[in-house]
Amino acid sequence: MKNLNTLFSILLFCSLFLVGCSNDSGSTVKDNVLVYCSEASPQSFNPQLVTSGSTFDAARQIYNRLIEFKPGSSHITSSLADKWEISDDGKEYIFYLRENVKFHSTDYFKPTRDFNADDVLFSFQRQWKKDHPYHHVSNLGFRYFESMGFNNRIKDIIKLNDHQIKFVLNRPDATFLATLAMDFTSILSAEYAEQLLAKGQPENIDNHPIGTGAFQLVRYQADAFIRYKAHFQYWKGQEELKELVFAITPDPSLRFARLIAGECDLMAKPLPIHLKAVINYPFIQVMNEPGSNIAYLAMNTNKKPFDDPKIREALNYAINKEALIKIVYQNTAVVAKNPIPPNMWSYNRDTPTIPFSLQTAQSLLQQAGYPNGFEMDLWAMPVQRSYNPNATKMAELIKQDLEKIGIRTKIISYEFGAFLEKVKKGEHQTALLGWIGDNGDPDNFFSPLLSCNAALSGTNAAFWCDPDFDQLIKQAGMISDIYTRTLLYQKAQEQFSQSKPWVPIAHSRQFILANKRVKNFRLAPTDGVYFSGVTLETSSNQENRN
Amino acid sequence: MPVIILRQLLNFIISLFVLTIFTFGLTHLFPEGVSLLIPQDLDTGSSITQIGESVANNGNLFSNYFQYLNQIYQGNLGLSSVRGSSVFDEFFIYFPATLELSLVALIFAVFAGIPLGIIAAKNKNRWPDKLIVSSTLFGYSMPIFWWAILLILFFSLWLGVTPVASRLGFEFDIQPLTGFMLADTLLSDKSYSIEAFYSALHHLLLPAIALGTIPLAVVTRSTRSAMISILTEDYIRSAKARGLSFTKVIWKHALRNAMIPVVTTIGLLISILITGSLITESIFSWPGAGKWLLEAVYRRDFTVIHGAILAIACFIILVHFLLDLLSIYLDPKRRRT
Repeated sequence: MKNLNTLFSILLFCSLFLVGCSNDSGSTVKDNVLVYCSEASPQSFNPQLVTSGSTFDAARQIYNRLIEFKPGSSHITSSLADKWEISDDGKEYIFYLRENVKFHSTDYFKPTRDFNADDVLFSFQRQWKKDHPYHHVSNLGFRYFESMGFNNRIKDIIKLNDHQIKFVLNRPDATFLATLAMDFTSILSAEYAEQLLAKGQPENIDNHPIGTGAFQLVRYQADAFIRYKAHFQYWKGQEELKELVFAITPDPSLRFARLIAGECDLMAKPLPIHLKAVINYPFIQVMNEPGSNIAYLAMNTNKKPFDDPKIREALNYAINKEALIKIVYQNTAVVAKNPIPPNMWSYNRDTPTIPFSLQTAQSLLQQAGYPNGFEMDLWAMPVQRSYNPNATKMAELIKQDLEKIGIRTKIISYEFGAFLEKVKKGEHQTALLGWIGDNGDPDNFFSPLLSCNAALSGTNAAFWCDPDFDQLIKQAGMISDIYTRTLLYQKAQEQFSQSKPWVPIAHSRQFILANKRVKNFRLAPTDGVYFSGVTLETSSNQENRN
Repeated sequence: MPVIILRQLLNFIISLFVLTIFTFGLTHLFPEGVSLLIPQDLDTGSSITQIGESVANNGNLFSNYFQYLNQIYQGNLGLSSVRGSSVFDEFFIYFPATLELSLVALIFAVFAGIPLGIIAAKNKNRWPDKLIVSSTLFGYSMPIFWWAILLILFFSLWLGVTPVASRLGFEFDIQPLTGFMLADTLLSDKSYSIEAFYSALHHLLLPAIALGTIPLAVVTRSTRSAMISILTEDYIRSAKARGLSFTKVIWKHALRNAMIPVVTTIGLLISILITGSLITESIFSWPGAGKWLLEAVYRRDFTVIHGAILAIACFIILVHFLLDLLSIYLDPKRRRT
């Protein structure tokens, strides 16, 4: 018995010792390490290849673009391009590139030269030219480059000298500069690419990234963490943060637990319930930003009875949006009436708000010849998105609303990939969808979601093609004068609100929770995180509960 | 003795064989089909489905199966359809984390469970016994996902003494050498290697307790019942009659014999531990094979699903085989036959 007792006391002692030890260790090492609890693993470290937000977040820390968004806004500012000139016909852009910009130096690549026009050429031609040696490397396709229509937009890219490069466009394009600030136009190192090609490991360019950005990659383990360190020769000056870690934590409750336990400094995508709970934790700050997004119910105008504008109007009256905002979004969103969010320029404030009125809806149904309602299907995506935290719940609430006017709804859901494919093919009658704008330009909403071209390619889920509307947004896309464009887009919104191909539902605010020691962090309206310029206050560490 | 070892070996091989037939059948349910069988050459730019079709068109099921066996034998489990990296290599990145967690959980279960079982057996039907037996019932019926969350709530969020998730504090950057964090931290040449080691141990504490609770209950109960039946044996009584102290009787005479059924139980625990680690890992965001498999299911990464199932099952079969050998060694009755 004695032996057993000794064993027990040893075990007990050990565990106490462990607890005691690790509580006070590391507080000094931690001061310059920022930990961000992110929601998913990146698919790659090359933003050219993918469309997922978590990949953009991971890659954005590593690269720069010619033009960048000002932190926390959708206004553009110079980055690797110092300044630029636009020709009078709006078709030629000359970029003057910044000098003395260094690429990352790591154990797998040591740059011998500074950033120059060759790197810009490489980064675009890889995505553009099908015969480029890197075009088929990794073989994931360049979906953003294609969906933004760069294949057709760009006529030529000409290197004038090492620090001047000219883009020639097929037609004048007002959104071109804003597009160059998007992640897929990140600048990679041409020298690194050549070295890898010579070594026969070209695919490393996408997994072992080299950029000019504020942070360089140190280590990555899928579904565990990404570790970066500050780029000590960063052209804007070295970051105050020494290290940056993405702790990949897909479960939102666990992310929240890590935040309040002090393991994370920032937490991505909190749930509404977490926003309520943070009041109990004085060391946590809530950051929020009106999101550049829209959640809507698309009605397939190719299918009966939704070819009838009266029916579409009836649905607009019959859905109680206020209730959806309260229940589904827990009041973290605002009611939508236009396809673009209220904080975007050209938002039409005069669009009439449609009130919730079952009587009006009923009489509209009668006028359309469906006094007893009809049956329809309602497609709801199975995943949580920042513009719609719970589409299935929303669908059930809508179903209840519509039953009151005699419309019998069947809710349909598929795995997300299959769901999007089938919606693209137009198999749905109505579908709950959403969109996050990524370059701060209204065209980024109108063209992919409501144009006639998009009705052909399937991203216009209402399959609504109105020639007048289409003409307006096409015209607005070719002018660079922002005042004229605003007028055109406002007119387009009038057209939209008359024809009602959607029930616009909500613009959600986006949230991030952070420890109060995080300073200078701004959430971008385009739903991304960027840690350049962020600092940590060292003293507030002690304020934590433990 | 050689005969029984040979029998076990045959058993082992047949199990593996059945497993490969199962996983081979599984590949036919995947969209990529049998393309898992053949080395995939990404440079050609041809898609996985094309390769799959070309394989399916050449040769029948049997030759495909033997090709498949051949590939597995060479350690080729294909490439992850999401990341494009070798599944075989990935397994060795993730599995050590699972093994480390399971081993620590097992050590916890054995080192706490055997003494508890002995105490219960010694005090049979008195209050310590009743307390231990009823708490093992409690531990045994506690679902891991619930228990783990309770532990996190209490120790991490309420008391703040343990970390919530992952294997190591993020202030430490440790180069993975063996994949076992406890070893890697000690092998690291960083100045904070000792602190990192404690941090790794500290991070292991809660997941190991969560995962080890059911095994702890099982070990306690089987030790208790084995002990009770052995303590009534004649040789124990005669040992006692000779005036040996209770501790000596337990250590020298009872324990080894009581351990035979316990070792068999531990064998059964391996599969409980590995399946349990699937849940534990996703709760504690522990980057092990269980989480790897689960994430692959979410992403429909069929090559990883296939590879993970095959590799984990192989491991369990191997461990059972080794434990069978151990129990043969421990059990004189089986040794003789």
